[in-house]
Amino acid sequence: MKIHIKNGRLIDPKNGIDAVRDVFIAKGKIIAIGMPPDEFQASRIIDAQSFIVCPGLVDLSVRLREPGLEYKATLESEMGAAVAGGVTSFACPPDTDPPLDEPGLVEMLKHRAKNLNQAHVYPIGALTQGLRGERLTEMAELNDAGCIVFGQPDGLLPNLRVLMQAMRYASTFDFSVWLRPQEISLTNDGVAHDGEVATRLGLPTVPVCAETVALSNIILLTKETGVRVHLCRISSAEGLAMIRAAKQQGLPMTCDVTINHIHLSDMDIGFFDSNCHLMPPLRSSGDRDALRNGLLDGTIDAICSDHAPVDEDAKLLPFGLSEIGATGVELLLPLTLKWGMEMRLPMLKVLAKITSDPAEILGIDAGHLSVGSAADICIFDPEHYWKVTSSAILSQGKNTPFLGMELPGGIKYTLVNGHIVYER
Amino acid sequence: MINRNPQLDAHGVLQHLLTTEGLPASILLQILDTAESFVGVTERDVKKIPLLRGKSIFNLFFEPSTRTRTTFEIAAKRLSADVFNLNIAVSAQSKGETLLDTVNNLSAMNADMFVVRHAQSGAAHLIAKHVRSEIHVINAGDGSHAHPTQALLDMFTIRRYKHDFHNLRVAIIGDILHSRVARSQIHALTTLGVPEVRVIAPKTLLPKMVERLGVQVYHDMAKGLKDIDVLMMLRLQNERMQGANLPSPEEYFKYYGLTPEKLSLARRDAIVMHPGPMNRGVEIDSAVADGKQSVILPQVTFGIAVRMAVMSILAGNQV
Repeated sequence: MKIHIKNGRLIDPKNGIDAVRDVFIAKGKIIAIGMPPDEFQASRIIDAQSFIVCPGLVDLSVRLREPGLEYKATLESEMGAAVAGGVTSFACPPDTDPPLDEPGLVEMLKHRAKNLNQAHVYPIGALTQGLRGERLTEMAELNDAGCIVFGQPDGLLPNLRVLMQAMRYASTFDFSVWLRPQEISLTNDGVAHDGEVATRLGLPTVPVCAETVALSNIILLTKETGVRVHLCRISSAEGLAMIRAAKQQGLPMTCDVTINHIHLSDMDIGFFDSNCHLMPPLRSSGDRDALRNGLLDGTIDAICSDHAPVDEDAKLLPFGLSEIGATGVELLLPLTLKWGMEMRLPMLKVLAKITSDPAEILGIDAGHLSVGSAADICIFDPEHYWKVTSSAILSQGKNTPFLGMELPGGIKYTLVNGHIVYER
Repeated sequence: MINRNPQLDAHGVLQHLLTTEGLPASILLQILDTAESFVGVTERDVKKIPLLRGKSIFNLFFEPSTRTRTTFEIAAKRLSADVFNLNIAVSAQSKGETLLDTVNNLSAMNADMFVVRHAQSGAAHLIAKHVRSEIHVINAGDGSHAHPTQALLDMFTIRRYKHDFHNLRVAIIGDILHSRVARSQIHALTTLGVPEVRVIAPKTLLPKMVERLGVQVYHDMAKGLKDIDVLMMLRLQNERMQGANLPSPEEYFKYYGLTPEKLSLARRDAIVMHPGPMNRGVEIDSAVADGKQSVILPQVTFGIAVRMAVMSILAGNQV
């Protein structure tokens, strides 16, 4: 199919382009930008007048809940949600049931995802077997099966010796290791930031030092092993300062933050709103402001949705018993735009955080609109505001702290490999 | 998004009693004044009045309790309500659907009021949010969050003995970190105009930024008890007496247990309170618990009148 996207404002952070340019697509690739190639006959013309045409979004954390947790969401529902959110490539954490620690499981997931012909799925391989933090996984085999990075998500860091060896082993093959810094012995059964709100509500806490102590270990082990490390979901100003210093020392580190943590603080828990039960917890407004600025100065490389569909019953519980997580893949663009508008940033810089920068962290050839590259494209109306409601969200998870809010950025078309996989 | 205080309706009328935080002094005083009128009832030979005749009150205790449940039951019966006690097994708690399912089932049996105790902070709020608007919820203790009727009976007791809140120094002593009683006391005291509220505890038993609740923090009983008019002791749970929070009950008693010697550091006419059940020899010495400055037993008596007041106000029947 040959597609001509005309009159759109093309924004391509990697190539530094922000201008009205037409895009020409054939055989799944971008074959020209600006002027049409000779004898180009479009079978479909998309009029993108007053819309922004940008690379398909890259999300560093989307939970598909497959295998094993299909009652929360299915591959079909969440892949559909991803493209409805303009996301064309994403990493999915290994915390499925069973975890993604065997090549067969990864192949199955890749195969099922591929058959759906929607976004590109990049499973994060488990760093240790069963995510138990005891024995290394067959990383090289998992890599052959389709895992390009390896992680130990959600604060389940192995003991330090196993972690060091896992990092060393990964660096042998130049795999990057993705870790969420959280020292579990300091977390205990905490559910909220250790601050005034938790004190008032009588909720058990996750102190900031749970993040900084773990970060300190990870930073030292990164020095020791030389592995590339990606830090998932930073939550505190203090943690951010440590990462800034580590980066200044030249350590091979990147980090991301979630759409929730750049807009919300522990105050948003209000009267025990279980939609705000997230991990790491929403921290103080000072932490939130530091994260917003950390994105600006480049200490934080990317914004992710940390998409975690939870079935409704699991949120209809007292705060501490409710399940952790929020739906988010359809809010990645709107909440990133909102951050950019509030910080008065140029669109080029804003969109880099959800296109070229995360693609680079993941190590994939995506997140840009170069001639010759795969036609993964997101077309959206920046002036379109929509209300977040359970019917407006396609994901099977309807739980988000942003329910009821009006957000900017309506996706009009999503293209993957030159196919229109979503339009409205 | 911060919503309206879920305890009040659009006109500021009390719908549920979930916490003392955020309630205006006028409502707290209304409860205390109403309770005054019930104290006489509880001292009569015939202790029943027909205010809540025909009303169904369900005691939903997801966490074991004998004392609190009994006082709620007595209060409801003295108001002539029909009382149903449900001790939901501890094992059912982990499946939270049970909580709202239980509530929905009982609502279908035409319950008028739920008295709820639960080990999780926020459980009473959750129930209040999901019941039909004509059903009232009283929080009888949720996790470490709130225990408003205990705090109100404490306020009632203080007013009985000290008459005026505006010239008092009050100290709350013990495990503030895990205490729903302490939190509710602090909010009630500051709302009623007590100028100085202190908390006294080792640092392991204090929550972060507790001073933001309007209290002064002390770690030393000798300094903290100076010039104090009211001492509010807290219960130390068995499982917290030794471990990562405290080394031993003996050391705790030595430094934070209320002995006659330590009590002598407070004002001579200071009163001593305790929400019960007491650990004698851990947080309080028997000589103090049974001494002439103790008002611990009157607290229990007043507790019934205060709970009668809360129930009658919620049901819209004031004396």
